[in-house]
Amino acid sequence: MAIRVFVVLFILLSSSYTISSLYEDQVGLMDWHQQYIGKVKHAVFHTQKAGRKRVVVSTEENVVASLDLRRGEIYWRHVLGAGDVIDQIDIALGKYVITLSSAGSTLRAWNLPDGQMAWESSLSGSKPSNSFLLVPGKSEKDTVIIAYGNGCLHAISSVDGELLWKKELDEGIEIQQLVQPFGSELIYAVGYIGSSQFAAYQINADTGDLLKYESEASPGGFSGEIVLVSGETFVAFDATQTHLVSVKIRNGKISFQQTHISNIVDNLSGKATLLQSKLAGIFGVNVGTYTTFVKVTDEGQFVVLSKTSHAAALSDVLPISDGHFAFSIIQLDGDKIQQTVKDVEDWGNDFLIERIDMTEKRGLVHKVFLNNYIKTDRSYGFRALVVMEDHSLLLLQQGEIVWTREDGLASIIDVTTSELPIEKQGVSVAKVEQTLFEWLKGHLLKVKGTLMLATPDEVAEIQKIRLQSSGKSKMTRDHNGFRKLLIVLSKSGKIFALHTGDGRIVWSQLLRSLQKSEGCEFPVGLNLYHWQVPHHHALDENPSVLVVGRCGSKLDNPGVLSVVDVYTGNEVNPWGHVHSISQVVPLPFTDSTEQRLHLLIDTHGNAHLYPTNTEALEIFQREFTNVYWYSVEADTGIIKGHTLKSTCTLEVEDKYCFSSRDLWSIVFPSESEKIIATVTRKPNEVVHTQAKVMAEQELMYKYISKNLVFVATVTPKASGEIGSATPDESQLVVYLIDTVTGRILNRMVHHGSQGPVHAVFSENWVVYHYFNLRAHRYEMSVIEIYDQSRADNKDVLKLIVGKHNLTSPVSSYSRPEILTKSQSYFFAHTVKVVAVTSTAKGITSRHLLIGTVGDQVLALDKRFVDPRRTANPTQAEREEGLVPLTDSLPIIPQSYVTHGLKVEGLRGIVTIPTKLESTSLVFTYGVDLFFTRIAPSKTYDSLTEDFSYALLLITIFVLLVAIFVTWYLSEKKELEEKWR
Amino acid sequence: MGFQKISVVANMIQLLFLIGFFLLPPAFASTSGNADGYSINGRVKIPGFGTKGLGLPGKISNVKVILNGGQIVSFLGPDGYFSFHNVLAGTHLIEVSAMGYFFSPVRVDVSARHPGKVQAALTENRRGLNELVLEPLSEEQYFEMREPFSVMSLVKSPMGMMIGFMVFAMVLMPKLMENIDPEEMKRAQEEMRSQGVPSLSSLLPGAGAAAAARS
Repeated sequence: MAIRVFVVLFILLSSSYTISSLYEDQVGLMDWHQQYIGKVKHAVFHTQKAGRKRVVVSTEENVVASLDLRRGEIYWRHVLGAGDVIDQIDIALGKYVITLSSAGSTLRAWNLPDGQMAWESSLSGSKPSNSFLLVPGKSEKDTVIIAYGNGCLHAISSVDGELLWKKELDEGIEIQQLVQPFGSELIYAVGYIGSSQFAAYQINADTGDLLKYESEASPGGFSGEIVLVSGETFVAFDATQTHLVSVKIRNGKISFQQTHISNIVDNLSGKATLLQSKLAGIFGVNVGTYTTFVKVTDEGQFVVLSKTSHAAALSDVLPISDGHFAFSIIQLDGDKIQQTVKDVEDWGNDFLIERIDMTEKRGLVHKVFLNNYIKTDRSYGFRALVVMEDHSLLLLQQGEIVWTREDGLASIIDVTTSELPIEKQGVSVAKVEQTLFEWLKGHLLKVKGTLMLATPDEVAEIQKIRLQSSGKSKMTRDHNGFRKLLIVLSKSGKIFALHTGDGRIVWSQLLRSLQKSEGCEFPVGLNLYHWQVPHHHALDENPSVLVVGRCGSKLDNPGVLSVVDVYTGNEVNPWGHVHSISQVVPLPFTDSTEQRLHLLIDTHGNAHLYPTNTEALEIFQREFTNVYWYSVEADTGIIKGHTLKSTCTLEVEDKYCFSSRDLWSIVFPSESEKIIATVTRKPNEVVHTQAKVMAEQELMYKYISKNLVFVATVTPKASGEIGSATPDESQLVVYLIDTVTGRILNRMVHHGSQGPVHAVFSENWVVYHYFNLRAHRYEMSVIEIYDQSRADNKDVLKLIVGKHNLTSPVSSYSRPEILTKSQSYFFAHTVKVVAVTSTAKGITSRHLLIGTVGDQVLALDKRFVDPRRTANPTQAEREEGLVPLTDSLPIIPQSYVTHGLKVEGLRGIVTIPTKLESTSLVFTYGVDLFFTRIAPSKTYDSLTEDFSYALLLITIFVLLVAIFVTWYLSEKKELEEKWR
Repeated sequence: MGFQKISVVANMIQLLFLIGFFLLPPAFASTSGNADGYSINGRVKIPGFGTKGLGLPGKISNVKVILNGGQIVSFLGPDGYFSFHNVLAGTHLIEVSAMGYFFSPVRVDVSARHPGKVQAALTENRRGLNELVLEPLSEEQYFEMREPFSVMSLVKSPMGMMIGFMVFAMVLMPKLMENIDPEEMKRAQEEMRSQGVPSLSSLLPGAGAAAAARS
């Protein structure tokens, strides 16, 4: 009976168009949103005037933002386009933030208080070049901005962005530095002509007149960047990288001095890099483990000043009053940051030496920005903005870290999840302590709230307590499976564990194996995999994840492997650097400690088994013949299927290494088809039912195979942006390919369409988004795949007689008879990413999660992208829940899961099933992070958050009263009757 | 197949477009050409933005104008003006991303033959634009409106219905019973008993009690 009621309820609920909508006051109850900016490239302080002190920064995520200097919060922020890389920022007129972007071709001014764009100007030029920005002086009289880009020098009025003058510098010169000495009206532009000629221009900043031009050949040539030492002194490496060359421009004469690097650095191992401190008269030579500071004398001689014991970072020179100039050196000594602020004139004179404890490991210091202020006792105080190796941003002031921003979270590479520990005495990652006093205080507040005596602040406090007591931020597993850990790998090689309840960082760890080391110059993280998910017999073990990385960006660089404990963040078993990794195949087998078997394919086609223990090898040997995988070579247009052959034949014997052979290959004609997207099903996806019941008691069997890949190819000419090809010369072809046999199950051509294609594959359907050039609109198409070979099974008679193939094994080798149904719909927005909700048992209907170009996430019911929709559905079809056909998909504002928020720079959507069948967790990342939970068919298996318990109690009470009243009345009446 | 149908529709749209462009007044010129490409200049106009935007500071500054799905992202100037530079001749798509408003994407044709000519049409409703002034098609309300407290909503809830039924059974039922003539009632009951049909009294406990008391 209960089941029947449930089914009836379920049908009732799912037949209405469910949209997971929210009331405005429910924001923050089950979602959280965090804003980040990314790794800071430049910072400019704005502290001169009274009022809000702020720092304007530009970052590697193309963000320009204004931060509160007191707390590190964002005042305003703009995320520029992906190709609009910010080159330089500065502040002009004390009210505009100037950004130079797109390799020096776009100059914008933003209002400092509110971030409103004031003007924009496009700088044109003849050839691509370096780009530089000079905002002379900070006073309000200077209104000229000098920008160099595309081989031209531009002078722009900072008031309205008008071009004042433009000067094209000589074709052959490669400008390396643009300098304007303090208080000067002259601009120096210096650079190389060819590899050995040094050239310098002297230009009047007001008129753009070329005053002087000098060039001189250096005997040793040049390589790398020129470091600016003072207004007329520059330092660079020579062509062989063994000598340092100083360049001096005096009275229009260029003179060179060189010295061998061993004169400056004692025992050079590895590569030396130059550190610039603009106009300090000194520069630093960084050789990995330590830094040497060198002064360049007036004659161009090098004088070694001092050597630090650790790698250091240098700030630009800061003019402080009465003609003094200061700069800052920051170095990391163990778990202490040492900041030294020095006087430019007098090396021995330190304005400030501070040692600050840093409890957390943040790696090396990458950048320093120095700012000064006048203390109440009229002495100078300094504050420094420090960018660390893990992309975090710190503000140091008066010997302590004032605030920290974890901006590594702006560049997430991969996400996975983990269960929290089971509630048990003593087992908890971090204790949530609540003292008796706080408990009492909370209850007092609540009483105040109910008596309407609470102030707005106290109301907020009550709300906070309510959130806490709802237990969503507890560090243990909950009954519904809402509380989990999000394990996040960022670009900096730092791994974070975020709590799904409130988004706080439970732990973070800068991975040793993903840090720069000898033999691994540029390590990059690639992916996270579930390594160990203990349940059943290995419950005492902590779960762990496998981090896969690579040294450098090339495919044949050595790989990096590491296993990280999910509860503590410790690296358990780092293998360190291994063979190259082109592909990771997680296998559906685990050993006795629940470690999942993984097959790592190298670029030679060999497969390496992990974990490397004999038990895993034994399990693997049993399944040896059943392991298949495929590889996609997008450049050559080949898709290949592989299987295992035998153990490797290497010089060093390795029993965990296996050679492979090609099973099949599909070659796409390179002149007409270019692979732009490949999508498979999620390996852990659960499908509840194999069949779909249609109207009129029809039955269709879904073709559910884990070995299907969806491939989209496009005409090479149309692989660029929209507008680069005409409808006649572009077509989109989509394939469904079985990855075991290489059989093409379905092929479909969309004429006059082009990419980019964003697709999602789930159960027996694919939904993909592309651009239709003929209609000039985006379209979404769906393909549903049904199994025809099992269609006979619906005959009951045959079933009784036993003539059915329901028990026959499903194999990729049997030739499938499939039926595909498809349909296309218009969709208004550009799409950045598409995902689909996933639930524990796959019963709940699915929603597509569409990340739009406006950085919002739209939940679209899968029933809108059903290939069976017709213009006039029959009565039976209507009852089934089929939506009448429309030519475009509806965009219902209430079904944006991000509601009134934006996930700036949206890059990925991850869905995680909970134990509660109706609910799915959604984690969205980009520059911002957003987490929520959604119920595609509404929460049919639990009471909603706003369920009124009070009303229930009142009803019960009223009913009880009513029972007693009626009982009394009937007694009374009975008595009366008897007396009559 | 659905695709053929759609493509027929698409062809018709194409045709409509062509007809539309012939009927439309001559295209407006808002470009300045050079060797790299052309410029597209336009304006985003949101009615009532100045008054409404006061509650949410910096709202207009968060509007983005996007060319070809992210190729170039542009921001609005103080009066809502925007421009794209170095755009090649061809057919492009402009989208406006503004929280709280739905904008139709705009198809923009930059002519190569007549440098400096831009034609624009909304793709959602195929309306041509005389000048590149983009206005929202609709406002977007991201939240369900919470209905103000009303007695009806209380009555409609399951608990309300329970109470309602109870009141009905308690107050109205005895009233109904009173209206029936006792003689007739007795006759009807006996008739029912003789037919073996479950009597009304066993169905209604209140009435049953009353009947039992009477007998």
